[in-house]
Amino acid sequence: MSHSDTLEALAAAGIPAPVKPLLSVEGLTRVYGKRIGCADVSFDLWPGEVLAIVGESGSGKTTLLNCISSRLTPTCGTVHYRMRDGASADIYKMAEAERRYLMRTDWGFVHQNSIDGLRMTVSAGANVGERLMAVGNRHYGNIRNTAIEWLSRVEIDEDRVDDQPRTFSGGMRQRLQIARNLVTEPRLVFMDEPTGGLDVSVQARLLDLLRGLVSDLGLAVIVVTHDLAVARLLSDRMIVMKEGRVIEAGLTDRVLDDPRAPYTQLLVSSILQV
Amino acid sequence: MNTLLVASEVKKTFIMHMRGGVELPVVANVSFSLKASSCAVLGGPSGVGKSSILKMLYGNYGTDSGQILVQHHGRHVDVASASPRMVLEIRRDTIGYVSQFLRAVPRVSALDVAAEPLLIRGVAQETAHERARELFAELNLPERLWSLPPATFSGGEQQRVNIARGFITDHPILLLDEPTASLDAANRAVVIDLIARKKAEGAALLGIFHDQDVRTAVADHVIDVSAFAAGKSAA
Repeated sequence: MSHSDTLEALAAAGIPAPVKPLLSVEGLTRVYGKRIGCADVSFDLWPGEVLAIVGESGSGKTTLLNCISSRLTPTCGTVHYRMRDGASADIYKMAEAERRYLMRTDWGFVHQNSIDGLRMTVSAGANVGERLMAVGNRHYGNIRNTAIEWLSRVEIDEDRVDDQPRTFSGGMRQRLQIARNLVTEPRLVFMDEPTGGLDVSVQARLLDLLRGLVSDLGLAVIVVTHDLAVARLLSDRMIVMKEGRVIEAGLTDRVLDDPRAPYTQLLVSSILQV
Repeated sequence: MNTLLVASEVKKTFIMHMRGGVELPVVANVSFSLKASSCAVLGGPSGVGKSSILKMLYGNYGTDSGQILVQHHGRHVDVASASPRMVLEIRRDTIGYVSQFLRAVPRVSALDVAAEPLLIRGVAQETAHERARELFAELNLPERLWSLPPATFSGGEQQRVNIARGFITDHPILLLDEPTASLDAANRAVVIDLIARKKAEGAALLGIFHDQDVRTAVADHVIDVSAFAAGKSAA
């Protein structure tokens, strides 16, 4: 079949119905007294899309992430999420129980410090199994097998399943956090500096693993990072923040290769070449 | 003949905020079209804006003004004003690109790098890898390299991985940024042959080739980029 034939066939078949956004953020603002955490942030996120929020420390990116993920109540603005039944729900108008269930099942959160995302004094297998139990799994054997399967997907040996994460290296702990989050097959995962504080070789392994999982599972991800290389590797789109405001947004390679805003140009030109 | 892409009055200026906001005009009034089953070549001295034009067509650089209309899934879409999501869809299905240098991702094998454009279109991994192997063999990339990450490959080896990645799909439009710059004569001939086959399949190609032999062999017509030199047409 020639290219023009392919185009005609596609046109004849009709353009597929547009997919609706998974998450819609509208005018999100959080102020701390007189200080701005983040101001008037709006964007849509579609299923399977990876969005990076970049900026220096204090730019408001973590405040924004916490407001979107319902961990911090915004001063104003709305966050709408498309539930599995297709209905759009305002996450700040949901009942507390419903929101908690959403966070435990359909959402994941990977923290920079694994101590915030793991329970250090229970086994690796229990860390993964806990989220399964939260969604109603009760069969010990099944939970353990699923946990082992997920540990191997994040390249943790089966014989570490009964060890506590405090005995794990930094890279392993991050991989365990990822397994713990993905085991319930969420559709949206938030990540706050997931590779922060890791050695570069460990970082590369984690990024490669994340890239693979994101594309295999069709996950939508919002990742906060100050590392532009991480943004380039993982994300489709990015938002650049400064002093709580979005100063540039667009396709990741467009923003990095043709930065427009003075601050983005400063960030890009500050990367050390190796 | 079927026109697959039309650029009209495209303008691009870089504003260097780190250098006190100095304006660097790149090109203006860029107007041309690409037809199915043909290969056009961007001509003109280096620094005249050839790569910048390719990058604007691919959505990698923004534009100041003008339109870049692409026939995408049977309708016309303006790359210059399309949403990031639409640009990604156009890259997945309509516009392919062989960049000058490979951006190597740690730990990802040459085979996976080349197969990726097929995988994101939903082709089964085995089929995609098979197609990548065929292209590697044709491009004389030593088999012992196929399963290794290309970061440590030579310039010519990396370039061949990049070419395989660009030619593996049947995108109707293919942009080529000096794909033969670090290849020897035998592999240049392979690329010339690959281009001829794409043309025969109905693709519209647009390339930059510094090598005179390659240019002569592939070009149906030359677009002289010096005619779009910014400043020349500045009002």
